[in-house]
Amino acid sequence: MSKYKMHVLVCGGTGCISSESEKIVKNIQECLIQHKLEEEVQVVQTGCFGFCEKGPIVKVLPDNTFYVQVKPDDAIEIVEEHIVKGRKVDRLLYKDPGSKKAIEDSKHMDFYKKQMRIALRNCGFVNPNNIEEYIARNGYYALGKVLTEMTPEQVIDEIKKSGLRGRGGGGFPTGLKWEFSRKSKSDKKYVVCNADEGDPGAFMDRSILEGDPHSIVEAMAICGYAIGADEGKVYIRAEYPLAIQRLQKAMNDAEEYGFLGDHILGTDFSFHIEIRYGAGAFVCGEETALIHSMEGERGEPTIKPPFPSESGFWGKPTNVNNVETFANIPIILLKGADWFRKIGTKKSPGTKVFALAGKINNVGLIEVPMGTTLREVIFDIGGGIKDGKKFKAVQTGGPSGGCLTEKDLDTPIDFDTLVEKGSMMGSGGMIVMDEDDCMPSVAKFYLEFTEEESCGKCTPCRIGTKRLSELLKKITSGQGTEAHLQELRRLSVVIKETALCGLGQTAPNPVLSTLNNFEEEYIAHVKDHQCPAGQCTALLQYKIDPETCVGCTVCARVCPVNAITGERKKPHSIDQKICIKCGSCYDRCPTHAIEKR
Amino acid sequence: MSKIKSFEELKQLRKKVLTHMDIREKGDHIEELVEVRVAMATCGIAAGAREVMNIFVNKIADQGLNNIVVTQTDCMGYCYAEPTVEVRVPGKEPVVFGKVDEEKIQKIIDQYIKKGELLDGVIPMTHKEMED
Amino acid sequence: MSDVKLTIDGKTIEVPKGTTILEAAKKLGLFIPTLCHLDLHDIKMVNQTASCRICVVEVEGVRRLMTACSTPVSEGMVVRTNTMRVLNARKTVMELILSDHPKDCLICPKSGDCELQDLAETLGIREISITGKSQSVYKKDFSPSIIRDMNKCIMCRRCETMCNDVQTVGALSGINRGFDAVVSTAFESPLVDTVCTHCGQCVAVCPVGALSEQDNVWTVVEALADPEKIVVVQTAPAVRVALGEEFGYEPGTIVTGKMVSALRQLGFNYVFDTDFAADLTIMEEATEVLDRLKRYLAGDKEVPLPILTSCCPAWVNFIESQFPELLDIPSSAKSPQQMFGSIAKSYYAEKLGIPREKMIVVSVMPCLAKKYEASREEFQVDNNPDVDLTISTRELAHLIKQANLNLHELEEEKFDQPLGESTGAGVIFGTTGGVIEAATRTAYEWLTGKELKNIDFEQLRGMDGVRVATVPIDDFKLNIGIAHGLGNARILLEEIKAGNPRNLHVIEIMACPGGCIGGGGQPYHHGNIEILKKRSAALYQEDRNKPIRKSHENPAIQELYKTYLGKPMGDKSSVLLHTTYTAKEKV
Repeated sequence: MSKYKMHVLVCGGTGCISSESEKIVKNIQECLIQHKLEEEVQVVQTGCFGFCEKGPIVKVLPDNTFYVQVKPDDAIEIVEEHIVKGRKVDRLLYKDPGSKKAIEDSKHMDFYKKQMRIALRNCGFVNPNNIEEYIARNGYYALGKVLTEMTPEQVIDEIKKSGLRGRGGGGFPTGLKWEFSRKSKSDKKYVVCNADEGDPGAFMDRSILEGDPHSIVEAMAICGYAIGADEGKVYIRAEYPLAIQRLQKAMNDAEEYGFLGDHILGTDFSFHIEIRYGAGAFVCGEETALIHSMEGERGEPTIKPPFPSESGFWGKPTNVNNVETFANIPIILLKGADWFRKIGTKKSPGTKVFALAGKINNVGLIEVPMGTTLREVIFDIGGGIKDGKKFKAVQTGGPSGGCLTEKDLDTPIDFDTLVEKGSMMGSGGMIVMDEDDCMPSVAKFYLEFTEEESCGKCTPCRIGTKRLSELLKKITSGQGTEAHLQELRRLSVVIKETALCGLGQTAPNPVLSTLNNFEEEYIAHVKDHQCPAGQCTALLQYKIDPETCVGCTVCARVCPVNAITGERKKPHSIDQKICIKCGSCYDRCPTHAIEKR
Repeated sequence: MSKIKSFEELKQLRKKVLTHMDIREKGDHIEELVEVRVAMATCGIAAGAREVMNIFVNKIADQGLNNIVVTQTDCMGYCYAEPTVEVRVPGKEPVVFGKVDEEKIQKIIDQYIKKGELLDGVIPMTHKEMED
Repeated sequence: MSDVKLTIDGKTIEVPKGTTILEAAKKLGLFIPTLCHLDLHDIKMVNQTASCRICVVEVEGVRRLMTACSTPVSEGMVVRTNTMRVLNARKTVMELILSDHPKDCLICPKSGDCELQDLAETLGIREISITGKSQSVYKKDFSPSIIRDMNKCIMCRRCETMCNDVQTVGALSGINRGFDAVVSTAFESPLVDTVCTHCGQCVAVCPVGALSEQDNVWTVVEALADPEKIVVVQTAPAVRVALGEEFGYEPGTIVTGKMVSALRQLGFNYVFDTDFAADLTIMEEATEVLDRLKRYLAGDKEVPLPILTSCCPAWVNFIESQFPELLDIPSSAKSPQQMFGSIAKSYYAEKLGIPREKMIVVSVMPCLAKKYEASREEFQVDNNPDVDLTISTRELAHLIKQANLNLHELEEEKFDQPLGESTGAGVIFGTTGGVIEAATRTAYEWLTGKELKNIDFEQLRGMDGVRVATVPIDDFKLNIGIAHGLGNARILLEEIKAGNPRNLHVIEIMACPGGCIGGGGQPYHHGNIEILKKRSAALYQEDRNKPIRKSHENPAIQELYKTYLGKPMGDKSSVLLHTTYTAKEKV
């Protein structure tokens, strides 16, 4: 039994670290020493808790107290009040936005209530740098079980039975993929972990690697055993230094403990893992492009077949799965396929991690059973829309996905329903938009992204995304015509049908889904040259209502281009030819006499 | 660390390290456990609350009582009876014990927690109303 | 391999497993349009990037459209190649390509030979409705051989496949991303600063005007118009069997006589033959071979063997940058083009009694690397190059057309003497295996002192990329290696580096697939590799037609040695006809 009486967990995810969580750890430790409690209280830096909106997070155990937005200076109070005197620090507790009441235990927070953490089971719970904590959480038990009690075929069968589908985007059945790799005959095979997380706003893979790196090491070894590979590669973007560092540490420790290397757990199975760095190209998340990048070639996709499971890294059978997929593997083998199948929907068992972002109250990382509705995710877990604004749309699947609207809110989310609705799961990015968001601008944002990130190999993606983005630029700057809308649609359809890889095939999704769901908004842009959301500056007009204007001259003084004239105490007016639509007058008018249209 | 050479060895190691996570695992489902709250206000500490807490923790560990978790709490207002502990058994009203010492701790564990028998030194509950 | 049954446009066909939809359709007589696709199976060049997306077809049960060039057939597959959906996609993709392509077809070097232009015509594109007007812009790159105008690049990647996979040179690769993606050199360096061998095979496969030759036609016209200059022309063997194609002749038609007549009418003062210089090359090279072999047979283990031919300038560039450690093994003999230039501006200029500066030597070559070779410093005397201007077969065709000459109606004429006299041995220089066959004919007679009865060394001929043959010369067995295409050359060079296990004595290497007949300056074959075979056959035919078929029997050559050079590898010929190689460090 450990001598510690209390544990203080401090979030050590990249987000919280940038909010000085490391200093919090240091201050707590120093303060504990002052109180001679360093032997009784253990301070642990964990992975991400997911509730990034309110980070940095500090959690005190065993009383399960959840502190939010903790600053380094708050450390003293937490120690002296809570740890020494048992008085919880009320001002650092999370306040329920509805009842305004403080909630001590995170389990009672709406944010966590409906979550079910499988892939994230150890994130925010264990010290990712401590292999024994992982072992205590049943870590490497699945590997031990698999190596000693199961044949590779049985492992594959179990994964197949679980119905686990690839969490990286397409949702291809993982067990089937493993089976293909197993059946490919070769003297050498590879297991590749795709950690090239590229969707803007998605960071679940990073969080898992930062918070629970051993689960990936274990899963890759299991996969190696199942398909008959003795070498694994983790392809990770170099912009993830913390994840790389923790993964490397995990690999070193696993090797030291005998979970990696030769004759793992005394068996004939040997497995080695190496980290390969990517330069952060979105397209390198596509598995053939990823493999080329690992080979030192230009990171661009090639035609399939041959699939990597037949001919991948250096032409050898290669099984590529993403981080979140791997994170599910050990627990499936521990608890069994039947347990896993009971979670989620029939065709998409299990849970899915989503990264909530945009105009939502609780920005962060969540994990819910498949089949949870968008409404539950956005309003219950996500806490609804910021500043009480109206929900307009949610973009799922990142740049490859589409936007879903009010009418889709009660759709149970899984791989297939999202595709049916014109979007996709992707890696699980979820960006929420409110009434102030202009949908053609949203589409433009995504197209600018894909246009940049296209590898440039195939015509539809190289030139097509450029043309789409040009069209959207025209539309949002008031130079659009109705013919442009038709062209937008025609091009989108052709790009979808003809592009070489998933990036290009899905690139028009944001255009098509906004066009389908918000056609009237597009028409307003091209026909009336108006932006209903008031976001497209080129289409805006600021006007002073002579009735409300009191002639205080504030607007004329703040106008940077002297577009506003008028006598003191008399209504002012804006010269539209000079106005640059900066909005300074609008923000400053004390009588709200300036209207924006 | 020498290499783990078999699944059996892994299982052994797991047993050994399981306790590292004990506090966290318990905290994770605290509502299913018997919670012993030691009052840790200045008066409590002066009367030996920290010592009481240590004894509780050690006894629980020694006897392998995995269903009990020890936490601390604020002054409960029974300064005359410090050290005090509140014991919360799931499904039952919390009970506060005063003037707790090592002998009493053993009794609390053996009689109240294990068998559900009340013992002397129970302080009538008032703070419930105060909270409301 | 088992057969797969499928239906394309309602017609059923059985094809072997692994066949692509495109190939299966071809068997049915259905020609699905392609652009990036290029299948030069015989030289192991298959560009299957599937990047242009022109060849899309509908496959039943598949949601998106599939590229016919890359999708293997499967049992029961139902394919449609001409539905509205397919046609619309094809047209839109084409419009996308055109929206990012310069519209200066009228002055494009590829005009008339452009596959993109042809495709636009096939698809009946009459307007480009895609409104994006921006066009990617890159700096033009001029090397002595090749011009890269990457604004015209359509990213088919054929050049890259050719340069990297077939030639294993590695000068070209895709760079940048998205709209700015283009094929370029490392660090976007000018081609001359890279490992580029100037073989011009990239130009040979480029479907558009992105890669073209450095065009010297107008400079030639200016030279011809200069009354102060004596303009001499030499024509390489491979030109005469390909030039006709530009005028509608069947591939493999020999137009030597008409070409001579055209050149004469164009105003060249003397129309000579590189074949003469090829015979001269054999004199020097065979001497060198025998010299090294005799020393070797006498027990000298230091003799650099095998000896490598050195006629091909791209090949010389290749070894200089890629195998600098092997620079002591190639023959030091200059290439026929440079031997000709050297002799023309010394021996022949003296004969005419003019200073070398007054003479302009123009060469007509099937090759683009020859342009680079002519510009090399070691082939100049007092800043005056031995060969002033090199034009390709294609450029000569343009020149002839510009001068309103109709090749069909020209009388056949003969080369001028003496530098127009040649043997059959010189002629076959133009095809893979030809140089070594020519050398063997001479070496045999010199070594044995006997007359060679059977001149045709069939074992040295053919189109296999790497060939090894043994020719018995009395009781000595001469082991010969032949490679064409630089990737194949690399195989042999690696073998030599690994200790020459097959004990090869001589190796002929040609940079271009097929040898000079497949040179980067020849009329475009547009993927029809049969053309190369016909050109090759024509060269052997020309060889058979020659009364003299051994280089050392060329009377003009004998006269040259007697009156001017002395003996092969003698003092004078060493200066005029031999060169040295330097290692080049390039990216």
